[in-house]
Amino acid sequence: MANKESIRDKASIVGVGCCPFGENWDQSPADMIVDAAYEAYADAGIEKPQEEIDAVFTGSIYSNKGPHECADALKLFNKPVTFATNYCATGTDLIRLGVMSIAAGLYDTVLVVGYDKPKDRGVAGPSVVVDRVRDLPQTPAGWFSLAAATYFEKYGAGREDLAKIAIKNHANGCLAPKSFLKRTITEEDYFKARIISWPFGLYDSAAQTDGASAAVLTRTDLSDRYASDAIQIKGVTVRSGPNPQKDPGNDFLSWKPTAWARDDVYEMAGVNDPRKDIGIAQVHDCFSLTELLTYEDLGFCEKGSAKEHIAEGTFERTGALPVNTDGGLKTFGHPTGATGVRMIYENVLQLRGQAGERQIPDLAGKMALSHNIGGHPTSCGIALLGRS
Amino acid sequence: MIGIVSYGAYIPRTRLPFSVIAGRPAKDGDPEKAVAWNDEDAITLGVTAGIHCLAGFDRAQVDMLFFASTTLPFQEKQAAALVARALDLPQNIQTADQTGSTRAGTAAIRSAFDAVRAGSARSVLVIASDVRLAAPGSGLEMKFGDGAAAFLISEGDVLAGLDHAADRTDEITDIWRPTGQGFVHTWEDRFVVQESYLPNMKRVLGALLDESDTKIGDYDRVAISAPDARSHGDLARSSGIDTVALQSPLFGRLGNAGAAFAPLQLIAALESAGPGERILLLDFGNGAAASAFSTSKAIEKTEGRRGVEWNLARRREIPRYDDYIKAKGLATTEWQAGTNPGLSATILFRERDDDLSFLGQRCKQCQAIQFPAQRICESCFAKDDFDRVRLSDRIGKIITYTFDFFFPTPNPPTIVTIVDVDGARIHLQVVEVEAKDVAIGNEIEFVFRRIHESGGRPNYYWKGIPRPDPELDPTRQAS
Repeated sequence: MANKESIRDKASIVGVGCCPFGENWDQSPADMIVDAAYEAYADAGIEKPQEEIDAVFTGSIYSNKGPHECADALKLFNKPVTFATNYCATGTDLIRLGVMSIAAGLYDTVLVVGYDKPKDRGVAGPSVVVDRVRDLPQTPAGWFSLAAATYFEKYGAGREDLAKIAIKNHANGCLAPKSFLKRTITEEDYFKARIISWPFGLYDSAAQTDGASAAVLTRTDLSDRYASDAIQIKGVTVRSGPNPQKDPGNDFLSWKPTAWARDDVYEMAGVNDPRKDIGIAQVHDCFSLTELLTYEDLGFCEKGSAKEHIAEGTFERTGALPVNTDGGLKTFGHPTGATGVRMIYENVLQLRGQAGERQIPDLAGKMALSHNIGGHPTSCGIALLGRS
Repeated sequence: MIGIVSYGAYIPRTRLPFSVIAGRPAKDGDPEKAVAWNDEDAITLGVTAGIHCLAGFDRAQVDMLFFASTTLPFQEKQAAALVARALDLPQNIQTADQTGSTRAGTAAIRSAFDAVRAGSARSVLVIASDVRLAAPGSGLEMKFGDGAAAFLISEGDVLAGLDHAADRTDEITDIWRPTGQGFVHTWEDRFVVQESYLPNMKRVLGALLDESDTKIGDYDRVAISAPDARSHGDLARSSGIDTVALQSPLFGRLGNAGAAFAPLQLIAALESAGPGERILLLDFGNGAAASAFSTSKAIEKTEGRRGVEWNLARRREIPRYDDYIKAKGLATTEWQAGTNPGLSATILFRERDDDLSFLGQRCKQCQAIQFPAQRICESCFAKDDFDRVRLSDRIGKIITYTFDFFFPTPNPPTIVTIVDVDGARIHLQVVEVEAKDVAIGNEIEFVFRRIHESGGRPNYYWKGIPRPDPELDPTRQAS
């Protein structure tokens, strides 16, 4: 079996950038890619990207233009530019591709750019896909809410628990300068909002936005060349899973790919006790319940106990393990291809102590986790950052 | 002996009370009509009637299918071929559509008898189904209803045989719908009754009585098609039909169901008849047809058949006329229905066995049942080693659910479930149930429905409905 520790600390992040997420009506994908990449260049002290970037890994869900969209925006020619997509886990998978290429010794410094532009489609939410007769309605809220009836029945949780997650993420988003929604909500707001797909209402559902996020990765032994405070990649993985809608063994109490990716990445990074080793986490809160299940699937708490931890404030900014410190997909926004890279952006700022008002104290010696799931969900990507 | 060996009816559960048409709230016992909802049409009604008729019979034995309707969803593309696929009938059989007249249903029954008698078929499935649309507010609106009737006709242990028949054809512009138009038209009703309905029906009745050397009083049950209740009464009175023998025409409960109307009355007569009874069936439409049946001993063993009474007992009232207008696609919408080419015909072609016949697969290595067909077993990873198994007549159980308010539908939310069918998991819309009554563990059965109109044509798949009372349902057993 694979040597899981073989990539630990091999690559470092020396630059991060993120354009403001939102309804960027006046920006093209290229405009956002340039904003995110040039912020990352500046962070790393890269002045001549055409000379200093060896390879590019880029991805998006809604774009059909392939790698050229990014290469052309940044004028990065005569280079290997790879376009990859893995549903909503695209961002984490792009980071993984960058890390693998560096660990293989093929490149010294690579650029990762995730982006998406859903707001050019003229619809407020995700599209309702009608290309088959089977498996309709095909809406993300409809897929992820399928775990609610089962989980609520077995563990006695309810919408009041989901409300607390939404309220937390709205509060956190107010403190992130580049987030889309900067508005706190109350429990009353939560329960008054319209239902999208029971039990998910408006405030359970991520804000679909435009956005781009970028990171510069380099060989750890070369990271001193760069201007910034380098953060190491302790582990990064992606795991596939069966379609939960037809998987005969699915219990709709957790999402299998997350548990599988967890086992893999904890071994890669040497995580023994996630509650001790991990100090902060950005998890895939496409819907409030997805965040709740992720607490348990990542081993942050026992299966079925999430509501007690939510009530105790464990995952608040002031809690023992803060989750989604920048507001998450819910309020920072969810430009699908960019989201995993945006999580890296937040975790790098937090580990460096550069997260401003939302800075989590006492992260020294801790790792920062980021988690994406994609599809129904049918995939999961997890990255762990820290210092060697 | 050759005859009807099984029957099955399907009447859509949705009822539009006449008071709601008039803009008043419905009261108990108000007259009403059965209406196909937005996911139903003549094909879906017909498939369900066919399933009801074939319960307990080997579908592989059916070697001919006639589908009769004036409202075929496609003018070119055979309805019977689609119905045969949905019913998972063999492919080496003759299929044909009968259309153009409300007499098409009884014409198909007669053709089936002829085919079996001539030896060109052993077992013929006849399905008559209609979803006729009347212009909102028109006089026809309260007269029409939607429904389907199916009969299996073969040699064997018959419920009823066909003893005599008589026919009459007549050219007259009394009730018509030109190609491309949605609403049925009629000339002045007094003209229709005096010059078309009464003369044709009386002459065909006279011909049948002469030919069979019987008197009207010899018949225990008389089922008559009619444009409306009044003309039905006129014919019965003027022909000396005893009111005890007269089968209720179901105006105010079902409505005139076009090509399925006389066949549904025949089912109603069969389900209440004892052995040795004579049943007279009179049908109307550009002429008339008379058929005389007599019942056999086997008629006593039809309990559990889903006939007319079983269907009429299942009701869901529409509270607002506007809901009906939306469901019928008659409401003005922001965007016109798309004129795109629709779903990929090649994908529909490849997935016919899954999506239309609703066949899952059983792994020959580990016996796990799964859906849809896949090359590699989801459980044991064996490759290309499966038998197909039909799921449409099994009972499923709800594993989990959600209520989707996002998917476009005339009456949200769309109830979406994961259903377990003997180990296979199906992502399935469930209809004809209130959200509050959906629970994990609920049993459901499968119904063939329109799933959307991409490409401006109906696209079909299966949905779930709550399992009807198992006590009334001895032909289907949960496994």
